[in-house]
Amino acid sequence: MLVATAIAIVRMQRLFAIAMLSGVFSLLSALLFVVLDAVDVAFTEAAVGAGISTVLVLGTLALTSRVAKHSTHSPAIPLLVVLVTGATLMYGTLDMPNFGSPDAPAQTHVSPDYLERSPHEIGVPNVVTAILASYRGYDTLGETAVVFTAGIGVLLLISGLHRRREDEDEEEESGES
Amino acid sequence: MRHHLILRVVTKLLVGTIILFAFYVQFHGDFSPGGGFQAGVIMAVAFILYGVVFSLRKAQKVFPPWLVHKLVALGVLIYAGTGIVSLFLGYEYLDYGAFSPHHPEHGQHYGILIVELGVGITVTGVMVAVYYAFAARPPRISDEEW
Repeated sequence: MLVATAIAIVRMQRLFAIAMLSGVFSLLSALLFVVLDAVDVAFTEAAVGAGISTVLVLGTLALTSRVAKHSTHSPAIPLLVVLVTGATLMYGTLDMPNFGSPDAPAQTHVSPDYLERSPHEIGVPNVVTAILASYRGYDTLGETAVVFTAGIGVLLLISGLHRRREDEDEEEESGES
Repeated sequence: MRHHLILRVVTKLLVGTIILFAFYVQFHGDFSPGGGFQAGVIMAVAFILYGVVFSLRKAQKVFPPWLVHKLVALGVLIYAGTGIVSLFLGYEYLDYGAFSPHHPEHGQHYGILIVELGVGITVTGVMVAVYYAFAARPPRISDEEW
């Protein structure tokens, strides 16, 4: 279903339908995360990917145009790049341990340590939260700062310009009167 | 969307539920999946849904932009301030054991709650602020120009 949605997105010209379909794509990948037991990630994907980003894309559509422009250059080179990258990635997965295998690096490196230590050191049942907020507190502080910076950047870029234009309009109006 | 009666009624029912769920994800995050990031996003979705179905003006009356902008900074301040408080209590930066010297576990618990609250506030603020920024711009480019 993910693949079918992706193909539909590529084939379509109407941007409105594409925006809605990318929301569907996010929702499907959220389901995939639930199947993989990554419920925290699924939460975020469902809310951000399917909810907020769809609304933002629609908002952007209202500001620009509603139909995709036909590209003029040939699709051969991008197709070649995608195929080569995809083949490399697939070749890379051949060396990966099987999903859920007990001797995968992800299970043997630091995670048993965290799983063992967090119940009596942190006392919080959700180990993800314990790692995120306590063991990796600096990282999460950095992430919060990144979100903060991104928000400030968007505000400066979009609403700052808008406000200045409004001021100019007002000045013009007052000058005219 | 003045004539979409069903949408408006359903939204009125849903917004309260979504906010309640956001608080659940926020403060129950150490027992069940979720945490500050998820709760912040869900909280923002409630306001964005309200803004989409009713109008931006009404949403901004409920949650004014100046408050949103303050919240964006407040969340980071809460997070960083937690670390500074633990510094003043004689512990390392962001060592939550400082909040309850006799029971480090409880201290960790309080610390995680406060820090996640900071994360949630910032994420809510940023998401709502970005939505306001996009939605507040009048569509300046007409379709014919493209």
